[in-house]
Amino acid sequence: MNAVECKNLTKKFKQGDVTVTGLDDVDLDVEKGSFVCLSGPSGSGKTTLLNAIGGLDRPDSGSIFLANEYLEKLGKSELADLRLRHIGFVFQAYNLVPVLSAKENVEFVMQIQGMSSEKRSELSMAILKEVGLEGLENRRPSQLSGGQQQRVAVARAIVSEPALVLADEPTANLDSSTAENLMDLFVELNRKRGVTFIIATHDDRVMRRTQRLIRMVDGKIVNDEASSAAA
Amino acid sequence: MKTKVVMILAWRNLWRNYRRTFVMLAAVTVGVWAMIFMSALMRGMVDQMALNALETFVGHIQIHQQDYRSDPSIVNSMPSPDAQFQETLDESVAWTERVRVPAVINSERESRGVTLMGIDPQREAAMSFIADGIVEGRYLENSEDKGVIIGAKLAQKLDTRLGKRIVIMSQDPQNNIVDKGARIVGIYKASLSATEERFVFMDINIAQKFLGMSNQISEIEVRGENFRKLDSLNAQIQQQISARPEQELESATWVELDSYLDTMLGVMDGFVLVWMIVVFIALSFGLINTLIMAVFERTREIGLMLALGMRPKYILNQVVLESIFLLALGLFAGTSLAWLSIKPLESGIDLSVVAEGMAMMGAGSTLYPSLTVKDMLTANVVVITLGLLASLFPAWRASRLQPVNAMNVS
Repeated sequence: MNAVECKNLTKKFKQGDVTVTGLDDVDLDVEKGSFVCLSGPSGSGKTTLLNAIGGLDRPDSGSIFLANEYLEKLGKSELADLRLRHIGFVFQAYNLVPVLSAKENVEFVMQIQGMSSEKRSELSMAILKEVGLEGLENRRPSQLSGGQQQRVAVARAIVSEPALVLADEPTANLDSSTAENLMDLFVELNRKRGVTFIIATHDDRVMRRTQRLIRMVDGKIVNDEASSAAA
Repeated sequence: MKTKVVMILAWRNLWRNYRRTFVMLAAVTVGVWAMIFMSALMRGMVDQMALNALETFVGHIQIHQQDYRSDPSIVNSMPSPDAQFQETLDESVAWTERVRVPAVINSERESRGVTLMGIDPQREAAMSFIADGIVEGRYLENSEDKGVIIGAKLAQKLDTRLGKRIVIMSQDPQNNIVDKGARIVGIYKASLSATEERFVFMDINIAQKFLGMSNQISEIEVRGENFRKLDSLNAQIQQQISARPEQELESATWVELDSYLDTMLGVMDGFVLVWMIVVFIALSFGLINTLIMAVFERTREIGLMLALGMRPKYILNQVVLESIFLLALGLFAGTSLAWLSIKPLESGIDLSVVAEGMAMMGAGSTLYPSLTVKDMLTANVVVITLGLLASLFPAWRASRLQPVNAMNVS
């Protein structure tokens, strides 16, 4: 059973007088519980494809089927609800809310989901412990290092156990050790909880850990193969 | 739950750039203070003008014979109130009866048309300015006092003075000319020189005898607790009038008796509202600018919140709420400041240097600011309502952001 089904996705951008192809007739099926890596050079369309799958941006044509919904048929608020209930996001630049503490950032998604404060508090403390941030829960993002911020962002993405996690260059700003720890966490979540991961990256350390490696160039999928980690 | 997180975000975001917030807060505070303080001054001046006008023989309610207001002649007079009617009138703050007829007054050199007022000296002292307005001589003493009181301006026009004799001519109920000589025992000053020229006072008993009116009177004037709230008192009077259909009486409040004054008060209410709106419109440019900057600086965050699944309407609420917090703080500070600055002035502001100008407007030389709950509420409602409207544009812009574009803003 597929977690995501993309058919004939096309997206073009205007950059001045030049039209750049972001996605060029992309077809992609991602099975539930799989751990997929999108690789390719800068401008190859990895982030564009992630944004389209996450409903953050609309393709010019084609369709995306996710969580029993065709995204192109959903309005802004319905897309927001779908992201809230089914998708966890990890962005390259951490993207935490600066006026909220680490714990409040982790609780943010659960709070807008309408979860009770006791349950939120319990889950957020547990996940912060799991990502190694116990004792730092009351710190604001500006009081945390880059690695710690990224772990808060990961905790926020996975705490409500979404069916799908979309991560865009999650290790780009992390040192080797923190990157390895983060990948350990992703793999563990994938294995233990069956969370589907789609990760866009250039990082070999990430590519080595995935089950399926998709290579993109100029908005097209040029290679799609099981990686060594799958074996 | 969602409301709580939206409130937390709005409140904390307000203090992210605390210098900007304090500057805007100071602007709202001063604006609200100016709205309420100026309203209190205007309201004080208008109230004083109204009270002065009402003390010039208008009162809060008047009772007449039904035809008197269209034809104020001696023929359309009414009997003095009986004991039962007086009981009702005694429930008011004060009341008096008067004879009021047109007359001609002659001095040794000049003559002038005037209104002759036959008054009950004791009751009148509680009703109108006349007892306090005596600047030369004395006020009428008792029902045996045969003297008259005239205005300073009239004395000047008649080329006469205190202690001199004058002759008053008028008509009796049979349309015969009657006249009477009297000595000037007092000269009064009024806020309007037209009043000084117009009214001449003598004791009501003397006037009734001179005019052959028996115990008939022209009017009863009644004062209630508050000239803006007369419905209950007027209803009681109407009840007494209805019980005496043969006397053909009617009562009228000052609103009917002095429609100019009523219109002026209405216009002043309008001025107060316009003043408040103008002040706020000036403020709103600063408010909109502050919110637009706040939204602009947080574009990435707003994109992030949208990406994480926050609905656009909560982004809109967040920006609007930020504006409400700012305005609420400004309203509290501005209203408190206005209250603190007006309270010490309630005993009066001395404007004697511009006394003549004030007198021309019908106000006295001391201004008593009037801080009303209504004006404070109006200022608060105007600021919140217009503030909400002003914040809708930046809030709407924030809610319309595309997550992916907003998050890519550097």
